[in-house]
Amino acid sequence: MILIQAPVITVDLVLNGLLLGAIFALAAYGMALVWGVMSIINIAQGEFVMLGGYVAVMMYWGGIHPLLAVPVAALVMFIVGWALYRAVIFRIVDRDLFVSLLATFGLSILLQQLMNTAFSGNVQIAEAGLGTMFLFDGLVTLSQIKVVAFVLAIVVGGCMVVFLKRSRMGQAIRATAQNARAARVMGIDTDRVYAVTYGLNAALCGSCGALVAMAYSIHPYIGLPYTIRSFMIVVVAGLGNFAGVIVAGLGLGAAENLAGFILGAQYQLAFVFGLLVVVLVWRNWRLAAKRQYLK
Amino acid sequence: MSRLIGYAAILAIGIAAPYLFPNYQSQMAELWLFIVFALTWDLVGGQMGYNSFGNVVFIGVGMYTCAIVQVGLFYSVTDYNAAKGGGQTVFTFDVVQYLEGLAVGLPLAAVAAGIVAAILGSAVLGMRGHYFAICTLGLGVAAGQIANGWDWIGAGSGMVVPHAPSGLGETSRFYYYLAFVLAVLTFIVVSWLYSTRFGLAINAIRDDEDKAEAMGLPTTRIKVTAWVISALFLGVAGGLLGNLKRFIDPIEVAFAGASFGVWMVLMVILGGKGTLWGPVIGAIVFQLLKEFFWTYLLGWQRVALGLMIVLIVVFFPQGILGFLRERFPERFGHKVDPALARGAAGEAAK
Repeated sequence: MILIQAPVITVDLVLNGLLLGAIFALAAYGMALVWGVMSIINIAQGEFVMLGGYVAVMMYWGGIHPLLAVPVAALVMFIVGWALYRAVIFRIVDRDLFVSLLATFGLSILLQQLMNTAFSGNVQIAEAGLGTMFLFDGLVTLSQIKVVAFVLAIVVGGCMVVFLKRSRMGQAIRATAQNARAARVMGIDTDRVYAVTYGLNAALCGSCGALVAMAYSIHPYIGLPYTIRSFMIVVVAGLGNFAGVIVAGLGLGAAENLAGFILGAQYQLAFVFGLLVVVLVWRNWRLAAKRQYLK
Repeated sequence: MSRLIGYAAILAIGIAAPYLFPNYQSQMAELWLFIVFALTWDLVGGQMGYNSFGNVVFIGVGMYTCAIVQVGLFYSVTDYNAAKGGGQTVFTFDVVQYLEGLAVGLPLAAVAAGIVAAILGSAVLGMRGHYFAICTLGLGVAAGQIANGWDWIGAGSGMVVPHAPSGLGETSRFYYYLAFVLAVLTFIVVSWLYSTRFGLAINAIRDDEDKAEAMGLPTTRIKVTAWVISALFLGVAGGLLGNLKRFIDPIEVAFAGASFGVWMVLMVILGGKGTLWGPVIGAIVFQLLKEFFWTYLLGWQRVALGLMIVLIVVFFPQGILGFLRERFPERFGHKVDPALARGAAGEAAK
């Protein structure tokens, strides 16, 4: 195996994977938030990432440095998320889980087709104009923007945690997640909490998308893999487990990069989706031994 | 009696349709296949309560199996796919070869899809609710990505299905009748299943799986069986769809989770989940709407379809049959107490 003979390649792959993993973890954190508070599994998650990426690309076209796009994309996507909640999502909050699954799936198809019609299906990049770093005598290359994206992903995630812990709204969100009925009794406007939660999720995904557009590339159909990765990370980490989300996200990034190298790049997505099936089957199999199932 | 006349009328319309609307034969053939998709989805999704986004796997497996058998009986599949469709003039099929290919290919497509369903089903069907739904979504995309990377079956550039020889008459009419027969067969089998103990068992699983298991039903075996039955029909339907489209793209046609995979769910929801006729009605309405979008909203048709999914799921989840059942319960054999109905209407008005 070339990976064992040349450990430097492994280091390179794993490092790049870890940098990518932070971005996955950010999107997954948003999914866990919506899932925990509203009991909705948001299939449109990846489409929010894609939309945030297009915000960065458009700012890049306008001559603005795309790093500035991270807060702008978050703000724009917060508004988009809020508007989507007021238009569609509030109707499905208390409904059957399959209804919300299918409705957000419909939203995701709608968004990706809209972007495909508006911007064509081409791959877009927001060039940040940063150089490349060389480690281990130039054997391992890391582009600086990936490192910057990693750091920013951690910063955005940290801000989110502090917001949830400290602010009044954050407390209201956590109260609603614990028990929506009791929160309503205590005078919390849960409808507003849901709207803010969905908007915050979209904002997280939006900043995540701006990072993706700078460090990697985007096109209208990147959404579904991000949704699936987020879902997988949340299933592995468990709801409301922030450290778990980070570890699972970083691990997934590294595993995916290694698999892409071993199996060939054309099978990298197949690996992601196959891994989802394996993770779910394995977890369910473990639970079935105790006469339980995934809930 | 009136029911028999109704069935006879539908059969007569089905047989006469290609002569009445010769310009729409391939669309109508597609409609019969959509009815098969919707009926088999509803067997597992509506009647058994296991909502799957991954039934496209069986369509894709059937499509590839049928096409590979059609080619492989007479030529080398590797050479055929290496020619990338440019070899259509070299790799020709006469009428006997073509029919032989179909006669072997379609049953094998069913068998292959059934085997895949049995293997995947015993792994995946232990999951419940939304975990099952998302897991099957992953299965569909993973299968598409694997087909996309597999050179022997044409990888990302797809596979051209053998062209029908000229001695066969009009190709779309030929496939129209095959699709029609398959749809009628599916309907008969499915409606017969619903009248047996098996139908009661899958309904029991939908209503409360734990209780069904406690009553002694072998739930896992029943669930896998139901999935295999739907896969058998989907495999044949996939084989026919591949021949109808004449070109298999691994992601856009064979394992098209974002089109056929969602459409079949939408057809069932639109018609009415968990009913016998709902999927049929839903498929007809959906195909009409789809063709309307493709004709009058060109360029925006996929956007319109996405919007339609959201609107139907959010505002019309009970479906056409569910709506009619609420509106005219007597017609569905429900006894309605007029006083109670007035009371309920009064409650609703308040």
